[in-house]
Amino acid sequence: MTEGMLMNLVRLLLYLVGMIGFAAFNAAYLTLLERKQASWMQLRRGPTEVGPWGLLQPVADGVKLMSKQLLLPRDVDVPLFLLGPIMVVVPPILCLVTIPFSETVVARNYNLGLLMIFAFGAVSTFALMLAGLASANKFSSIAAARIVAQNIAYEIPLLVIVLSLVMTTHTFNLHTIVAQQAGGFWHWNLLKLGANPLMPVAFLIYFICLLAESNRAPFDMVEAESELVAGVFTEYSGMGFGLFFIAEYVNIVVGCCLATILFLGGWHCPFGLLPGLHWFLIKMYALCVMVVWVRWSFPRTQFYGLLNLSWKYLIPLALANLLLTAVMLKLF
Amino acid sequence: MSSDAQALHHESFVLNVGPQHPATHGVLRIKLTMDGEYIVDAEPVIGYGHRMHEKMGENRSYAKFLPNTGRLDYVAALFNGHGYVGAVERLAGLVVPERAEYIRVITCELNRIASHLLWVGAFLVDLGGFTPLLYCFDDREHILDLLESVTGSRLTFCYFRFGGVCNDVDDNFIAGARAFVTSMRSRMPLYDAFVSKNIIFRKRCEGIGILSAAECRKYGASGPVIRGSGVAYDVRKLEPYSVYPQLDFDVPVYTEGDCMARYRVRIAEIVESLRIVEQALDKLPAGPVMADKVPRALKPPKGDCYFNVESARGSFGVRAISDGSENAYRLKLRSPCFSNLSLFQECARGMLLTDALALLGSLDLVIPDIDR
Repeated sequence: MTEGMLMNLVRLLLYLVGMIGFAAFNAAYLTLLERKQASWMQLRRGPTEVGPWGLLQPVADGVKLMSKQLLLPRDVDVPLFLLGPIMVVVPPILCLVTIPFSETVVARNYNLGLLMIFAFGAVSTFALMLAGLASANKFSSIAAARIVAQNIAYEIPLLVIVLSLVMTTHTFNLHTIVAQQAGGFWHWNLLKLGANPLMPVAFLIYFICLLAESNRAPFDMVEAESELVAGVFTEYSGMGFGLFFIAEYVNIVVGCCLATILFLGGWHCPFGLLPGLHWFLIKMYALCVMVVWVRWSFPRTQFYGLLNLSWKYLIPLALANLLLTAVMLKLF
Repeated sequence: MSSDAQALHHESFVLNVGPQHPATHGVLRIKLTMDGEYIVDAEPVIGYGHRMHEKMGENRSYAKFLPNTGRLDYVAALFNGHGYVGAVERLAGLVVPERAEYIRVITCELNRIASHLLWVGAFLVDLGGFTPLLYCFDDREHILDLLESVTGSRLTFCYFRFGGVCNDVDDNFIAGARAFVTSMRSRMPLYDAFVSKNIIFRKRCEGIGILSAAECRKYGASGPVIRGSGVAYDVRKLEPYSVYPQLDFDVPVYTEGDCMARYRVRIAEIVESLRIVEQALDKLPAGPVMADKVPRALKPPKGDCYFNVESARGSFGVRAISDGSENAYRLKLRSPCFSNLSLFQECARGMLLTDALALLGSLDLVIPDIDR
């Protein structure tokens, strides 16, 4: 009994360290990926000086951010202002706990894993809003107000899409959802047209919502640097500023993990060969590359354009998708 | 915090955009009175970059003021020089050799392309798209290399002299300019695919920031701003100067008056400028590039004259009054950006912050040109 508890504790600690390490590594090297990919798209070379091929650039960035003074402007709400970045960065890391990276690599296999991820995702966005309001800066306040509207507008289609998936899979357990998609790519939820012919559209809606929820261009209203200077980040300096970016990238990773699990068959190989962690990572990073690709190809949408897109197109489409799923479920 | 609380009671607040703000491209300040994200009033506050160029023109000799012209609108510096030497030449009655006039047109039109390319890039950055800027800079770099080879500088050119230009162009320049015309033409479809057809770009520009022709006239707007509102006002056609009458080119006009129309005008102008450069290179006559016997200390006879050129941003005019001495008695610089900015206050009212900044970007302001 005690040995079992000890093993459990060790396992828990290992996973905790592992998750934070995974999150930190991804946040650091996705910045490098972003800068490198942007530079390839823009006829330039990106970071080349720090380490071979610029590989140590994230380390240099981290050291720079940590050595900067954390400025506290005079009028800020100090506790909220300091809590903001931490509250933004913790939820996405917690979300990683329930993500099944492979058959065996999963920290906690919760039955309500899917629900947990969305619950924590919402905390992260509201923490961003609090950070903006605590800054006592007009640009930050405008950005904070935008976050609320954006979050409501994009959480709805996202949840409705996920709901239709839950209806076809009959479970909130991420591990089971992936296990159901075993076999070749034609077993993936993305192509389960028998359950719902609109599945590819659902994936597209999910991807757009993923961009909006993780505040990525073309929906980066939180930052909107040419309008709101740096949005909610305006008053932050040093690692406080850095934490927001770590959170942004971990959010992308969580979103892409979830897309892999829900639509792309998780750790299963497209051709039914050698399932495992590597397939999960390949799919997940391919989605990350797409997220970066979109950012550097499009200008920012207007704020009302963003809301219109959601309320006029995504939400009706998502609801239609839900209805169709229900009908198909009843019929077959 | 106290000012914020006060503003809450009035349900509107003042937002300072600038003097240091990413959307103002320099030290322009716009005092926005906002109701939520809607603009109630937008008051441009200028003068942060004021360097008294007009006064400097009055207390130094004509030639000593020449380098100052490159510091007005530094993105399209050659036009300022052209306007100034044109005014002084008219005052002093100097006749410029034809080769020099052709070289002026070639370099000016290259400068116009460079300026428009920079605008396309900067405008896209205003809209949140960073990538096109790098493509624009890639093409602009070729122009700057070409201009550097004849003028010696890459940005604040001081190339024109009273009675001509200071350096003759060589075969390398001519070959390079021809190669650039070809390469730039092949790049235009890329910009079209990458920018003009981009759905988000079109959503952000079409129907946004509509300026009527009447508003443009009221505030004296010129250049691509007024041509995007359906008025074919181009100094090169209406008050022909230099050798423009001998060259065949069109004045692109779009009637929509929105940001997209101004974008299309500038893109079309790049194509027209390429045509002008090509023709001018073909027609480039042999001969001297400086007029004979221009005195070192130029003393134009008493007089008053105005010379207008079509700069990349609109009509740039120089009024020079001579009292017969070595210095101008009065030098007035009419800057296109100043007039183009002045319509912002009226037109931004009732717009959303996002759209107003798109409108501001589409005016193509160069702040030192406003402040002078």
